[in-house]
Amino acid sequence: MTVLALIRPDSWNWALLVHVTGAAILVGGLVAAGGASVLARRDATGTLSAFSYRMLLVVGLPGLILMRAGAAWIYDKEGWTGDSDPTWLGIGFLTADIGAVLFIIALILGGIGLRRTRRGDGGSGLLRASGIIALVLLAAYVITVWAMAGKPG
Amino acid sequence: MGFSDWLLALHLLAAFALIAALVLFTAVMVANWGDGRPQRASAFFRVAALGGPLIGAGAGLTLVLGIWLAIDLDDFQPWDGWIIASIVLWAIGGFAGSRVGAHYTATQELVDRLAVEGNEPNAELAAKLSDASIRTLHAITVIAFTAVLVLMIFKPGA
Repeated sequence: MTVLALIRPDSWNWALLVHVTGAAILVGGLVAAGGASVLARRDATGTLSAFSYRMLLVVGLPGLILMRAGAAWIYDKEGWTGDSDPTWLGIGFLTADIGAVLFIIALILGGIGLRRTRRGDGGSGLLRASGIIALVLLAAYVITVWAMAGKPG
Repeated sequence: MGFSDWLLALHLLAAFALIAALVLFTAVMVANWGDGRPQRASAFFRVAALGGPLIGAGAGLTLVLGIWLAIDLDDFQPWDGWIIASIVLWAIGGFAGSRVGAHYTATQELVDRLAVEGNEPNAELAAKLSDASIRTLHAITVIAFTAVLVLMIFKPGA
C-alpha cells in the first residue's frame, strides 16, 4: 500500500521542511496564545494577556510567514497552476490566506488592547477578541494539517 | 482517504501536538528566565500545564502510529535505518524532556507556596527557573525532536 502524501521527489524536501516547520511553529504559537488568553481571565497580574499577544507576534507571525513561503515554494515545485487543483490544496490555501488576514486582525486588536491595558484604559475586550481569533485559527489549522496529510480529493 | 492516509494524518496531528507543546514550554521557559516573582511564575505554570497532555499524547501517538504506518506501508519497514534513528532520537528527546518535566513539577510546589504570600521576587525561585542544566536538557529535547522531523521528511536511505 502507498500513501499519496509520502510520494514525492527528493528535490521537494527542503520546501516541505520549511512549510512543515513554519506550520508547526505557527500552531505552537496559537496554542500558547489561545491558551494564555483563556487563562488570562483568572490572572490578576496581567502577565498572561501580554504573553498571549507576544506569542502571536514573536512565535505565530514568523511561523505563518515560514509556512506560507514554504507552501508557495512547494506549490511551484509540484507544478500546480490553479486549474483543477485538488481539494486538499484548496483547503490549505483557504486557511493560509484567510487565516493570514484573521491573524493580522488578531495582532492589531491585541496590540491596541495591550497598549490600552498598560495605560489603564480598558483593552481587555480587545485582548480577549485577539485570543478568540487565535483559537479559531488553531481549529482551522488542525483541520488543515489533517487535509495536508490525508489529501482528501 | 484510505486507512493508511488516516494513519498518516493522525501521526502528523500527533507530531504537531508534540511540537506545539515544545514551543509552549520553550516560550514559558524563556519568559520565566531569571524572574523570581511567584504569582507571575504561577500564571505561566498554568499555561504550561496545557502542554502536558499535548506532549504526552503527541509523543505516544507519533511513536505508535509511526510504527503502525511503517508496518502498514509496502515502501517502508520498521527496521529501516531512518526509522530506527528516529526512534532512538525520540527516546533521547523523551528522556531529556521527562527530566525537565520533573524539575518543573518540583518547582511548582515552591511556586504555589510562595504565590500565596505575594509577588515579591524570590531568589530560590529565580535560581530554579534559570537552571542551566535544565535549559541544556530542554535544548536536547528540542534538537532531538527537530531531528526526527528532518528524518521524517528526508527519509535518508528510503
